[in-house]
Amino acid sequence: MASVDLIGIGKRFGTTEVLRDVSLRIADGEFLAILGPSGCGKSTLLRILAGLEGADRGEVRLGDARVDQLPPKARNLAMVFQSYALYPYMTVRQNIALPLEMRRLSALQRLPLLGRLLPGTALRRRAIAEDVAAAAEPLQLTHLLERRPAQLSGGQRQRVALARAMVRHPAAFLMDEPLSNLDTRLRTEARAEIMALRQRLGATILYVTHDQAEAMAMADRVAVMQGGRVLQLAPPQELYDEPASLEVARFVGSPPMNAIPARIGAEGRVEAAGFALPWRSGLVPGTQVTLGVRAEALVPAAQGLPVRVERVERLGAEALMHGALSGSGEMLVARLEAAQIVAHPPGTSLLLMPSRAVLFDAGGDRLPMTRLHDATIPSSEPAYG
Amino acid sequence: MAEHARHPGARAEAIAAWLLALPALLLMWAMLLGPALAVLLLSFTDWSLGEPEIGWAGLGNYLQLADDPVFWQSLRNTLIYVGVSVPATVGLGLGAALLVESVGRGRAFYRAAYFLPVASTLLAMALVWEFMFHPTVGFVTQGFRALGLPTTDWLQNPDTALLALAVIGIWQNLGLAMVLFVAGLQGIPRDLYEALAMDGADGAWERFRRVTWPMLGPALVFVVAIIAIRSFQVFDTVAVLTEGGPNKATEVLLHTMVQEGFRFLRTAYGAAITVIFLVFTLAVTVAQTVLLDRRAHYG
Amino acid sequence: MADRSGLLLRHVLLLLGAAVMLAPFVLMLSLSLKPPAEIFAPEFRLLPVQWAAVEDYTAAFTKVPLARFLLNGFIVTFCIFTAQALTALPMAYALAKLRWQGRDTAFLLVLAALLVPPQVPAIPLYIALWQLDLLNTYAAIILPSTISVFGIFLMRQFFRTVPDDLIAAARMDGLGEFAIVWRIMLPTAAPALAAFGCLSFIWNWNEFFWPYIAVQSEQLMTPPLGIAFFSDTEAGTSWGPLMAAATVATAPLVLAFLLAQRAFVRGVTMTGIK
Repeated sequence: MASVDLIGIGKRFGTTEVLRDVSLRIADGEFLAILGPSGCGKSTLLRILAGLEGADRGEVRLGDARVDQLPPKARNLAMVFQSYALYPYMTVRQNIALPLEMRRLSALQRLPLLGRLLPGTALRRRAIAEDVAAAAEPLQLTHLLERRPAQLSGGQRQRVALARAMVRHPAAFLMDEPLSNLDTRLRTEARAEIMALRQRLGATILYVTHDQAEAMAMADRVAVMQGGRVLQLAPPQELYDEPASLEVARFVGSPPMNAIPARIGAEGRVEAAGFALPWRSGLVPGTQVTLGVRAEALVPAAQGLPVRVERVERLGAEALMHGALSGSGEMLVARLEAAQIVAHPPGTSLLLMPSRAVLFDAGGDRLPMTRLHDATIPSSEPAYG
Repeated sequence: MAEHARHPGARAEAIAAWLLALPALLLMWAMLLGPALAVLLLSFTDWSLGEPEIGWAGLGNYLQLADDPVFWQSLRNTLIYVGVSVPATVGLGLGAALLVESVGRGRAFYRAAYFLPVASTLLAMALVWEFMFHPTVGFVTQGFRALGLPTTDWLQNPDTALLALAVIGIWQNLGLAMVLFVAGLQGIPRDLYEALAMDGADGAWERFRRVTWPMLGPALVFVVAIIAIRSFQVFDTVAVLTEGGPNKATEVLLHTMVQEGFRFLRTAYGAAITVIFLVFTLAVTVAQTVLLDRRAHYG
Repeated sequence: MADRSGLLLRHVLLLLGAAVMLAPFVLMLSLSLKPPAEIFAPEFRLLPVQWAAVEDYTAAFTKVPLARFLLNGFIVTFCIFTAQALTALPMAYALAKLRWQGRDTAFLLVLAALLVPPQVPAIPLYIALWQLDLLNTYAAIILPSTISVFGIFLMRQFFRTVPDDLIAAARMDGLGEFAIVWRIMLPTAAPALAAFGCLSFIWNWNEFFWPYIAVQSEQLMTPPLGIAFFSDTEAGTSWGPLMAAATVATAPLVLAFLLAQRAFVRGVTMTGIK
C-alpha cells in the first residue's frame, strides 16, 4: 500500500474545463471518498490517477514516485468499475486470474496450449490458482468460480470485481461508483464487504460516488467536488457540521441545510425575519448574509422565527416539517418529533429557534460568528458554536 | 484530439494503432483503392494487355464508347434489368416480410425457405433455371401453358431473354430484401401500434399506412440501394446462360467489360466501361445518402 | 375481426411463395436422380421411375474433377476468411477504441472502399498478377479478397458497442494493445465474427466473376467455375450428372446455412439497419 498525491491537476475536454487545479493527498491506508454530482469531474480525476486519461497540468505521485508518464499497467493500481467490466466470456476464475497471469507469466508462458509446456509455467499457474482461491474465499465466490458473469446476480458480479481488484495486492484501490448498480439492500451488504476488505488489507482506497450516504458512512475523509474543483476536504462529521461554503452545505446532508436570508443588525446581531438571533458577527450592520441551519437544529420554542406549516412528511419516529418563513416566504425544513407534528398540523403557525447555525456571506463563503450566551436558546439540543 | 495527445502511453497507443491498422491499410490500397484509381487512369490511355507501349488517349475511349452500339445496347439492357428487378424484388420482399411478421407459427421455416436462394451458389442454380425455362418441359413453360398463355424458348428469344434473367435475379435477391425488411419491422416500437389503436385506428391498412410505411422509410431506402447495386452487378447468369445473346439482347455492362477487357484484350476500353459501371453504382449510393438525410427525422 | 380466415390466407400466400422459392432446389435434386430418358418426360414426377442416382453422381465426379473443385472451394474460402479476419480485427479495434491521429482518415478510406464494387479493381489486379506471373494459381484467386472492408466496418461497429470500461480494466490488469485484441476483443467479438465468417463463406464460395477471369486450369477451379466448365463441355446434353454436380456444389452452403441460420441472418441485418 502507498500514499497517493494529486498535485494541481487540470484537464479540459475541448472547451470545457473538467478539472481546475485539483490537489488531493491520500495517506497510506486512508479511505478517501470523492463526492459530487455527475459531471463534476470526479471520475475523470480517478481515470487520471489510473493512467487511463492524461492530465493537461499537474502531477500524480504514488508513494515517492512520480507516475504521470506511466501507462496503467505500470502503476500497480486496481480499479473497480461502475459496470464492473468483467470479461463476459471468461469464467469467474479466469477473470480473477487474468491480472496475475499478465504479471507473473511471460508472454510465451501465456500462449494457449504451448505455454503450458514451458518450464516453470505449471508452478506459477499453481501459485496463481492458490491466490485466486484465497481472494475468492472471503468474498464467498468459491462455489461460483466456474460460472460466467452472465450467470451471476448483480451483487455477485460486484464481488467478482472486488476479487479481481484485490487479488494482486495493488498499491491502492480506485473505485468508481462501484455500488450504484445495486439495489438498496445489496448496497448495504456491499458496503460492509468493502469495509471488511479494508480492515483486512489496510488498503488505500479512493472512492468516487455521488451518493453522500456511502461517502459519509465509509470514508475517513470526503472531498466534495463541484465544477471541477474540490470545495472542501474534511472528515464526514466536520463536513456536515462545519461546511466551508453554502454550496457544500446545500450538497451534503438530507434534507439539505436550510439557507435563511439574514442581515446584520445593531451591535452585529444576526437578524432573520425581523428577529434577533443569539449570534453576533463582526460585520458592518446592514450587511446581507445567509444563515445555514440543519433541519434537526430548528427547534420549536417560545420565541423564534415565525413559520407557517405547509406540508409534513412522516418518517416514522420523526417527521419533516416544510414551512414558509413569514415575511420572506422562504421555505424551511425542520426535523421534528412525531408528537410535535401532531400539535402543528398544516395551516398553523409556530416559532422555530435555531439551536446551532453557520453563517455565509453573500458569495456563499463561510463567515465567523460568536454565540451570545443568553436565555432565549432552547436547551433540548446540545449547542454548537 | 490535441488534448488526448498527452495521456500516459499516448505515443505507445498511437504506435500500436498504426501497427494494428497497417496490414489492413496496405491491403486496402493494394487490392481496392489503388486498382480503382488505376482503372480511372487506364481509361484515359490506349493500352492493350501485353503491349510494350502505353499512350495517352484522353477521352478517346469514352468517345469511342459513345459511338459503340454494343455499349449502348449493354447500358440499356443493364438499366432495364435493374428497372425490372429492383421494384419487383423490393415489392415482393416487403410483402413477404409483412406476411411473415404477421403469422405466429412457421416463421423460421418461411424465413429459411425465402433466404435459401441468397445463400446458394447462383451459378449452379442458374443452370437449374435454364431447365425451368426449357421450351417444352420447363416448369415456367408448363405453367404458362396451363394458364393458356403463349410460350416461347425464353432464353433464346430476344424479347424475353433479359426478362428471364431478371426473374432469376428477383428469385435470388428476394430473400435478402425480406430479411432486411423483417429487421426493419422489428425495429418499429410496439407502443406506436398500441397508441394508434388507442387513437381508434386498428385495421391492417391503417396500421401499415400510418406507422409501418413511414417508420420503414430508412430501411426501404437501404434495401432499394443494396438491391440496385447487386442488380447492376449482374454477370453470372449472363455468362453461363446466354453469353450476352441472343443478338446482344442480354449484353450487360459487366459482361461487355469482361469481353472487351479480357477476351479482346482491349484493356483501356474495358477500363472505361468499368468507370461507367462504377459511376452508376456510386450514383445509387449518392441517391441513398441524399434520401436518408432527408428522411433522417425518422431515425 | 376476420382473423382466422385472414391468417389462413396469409399462410396460403406464404406457402405458395415458398413453393416457388424452393422449386429450383427440388427440381435440381429430382433431376440429379433421373436417367436421361425421364428428364425430358412430358409429365414431371418428383421421384424417378428408374433410379439413376448412382450413375449421375458417379458421372459428376468422374467427368470433371468435382472433388477437386470442392477441395479448392474449401481451401480458397478458408484462406480468404483467415486473412480477412487477421487484418480486419486489429484494424477494427484501432478504429473503434484507440486514439490516434489518422483514425478519421483511415475510417474515411474504409467507407470509400466500401463503395467500390468488387469487379472494379479487376483489370489492374489482372495486370499486376500477370506481371508477377501469378495468374492461374491459388494466390490469384485468394489475394484480391484478402481484405474485406465490409468486415472491417462490421467489426468496428461491433467493437464500438464493447464498453470502454472493459478495455480500461484490461489495461489496468496489465494487457498491452495487442493482447487486448487477442485476449479481450476476439472472444468478445465471437458472435459478430461468426456472422461475418458466414457471409465471407457464402460470398467467396459463390464467387464466379473473379475466378472466371483469373483461372483457366481445371485443377484450380472453384465449385461455381467448375460447374460452368462442366456445363460448357457437356453443352446441355447430360442434365442428370450436371444437376448432380450442381447439388454437390450447393450442398455445403445449404447445409452451413441451415446449421447457422441465425448467424447468417444476423450478419446480413448487421450491415446497415440500425
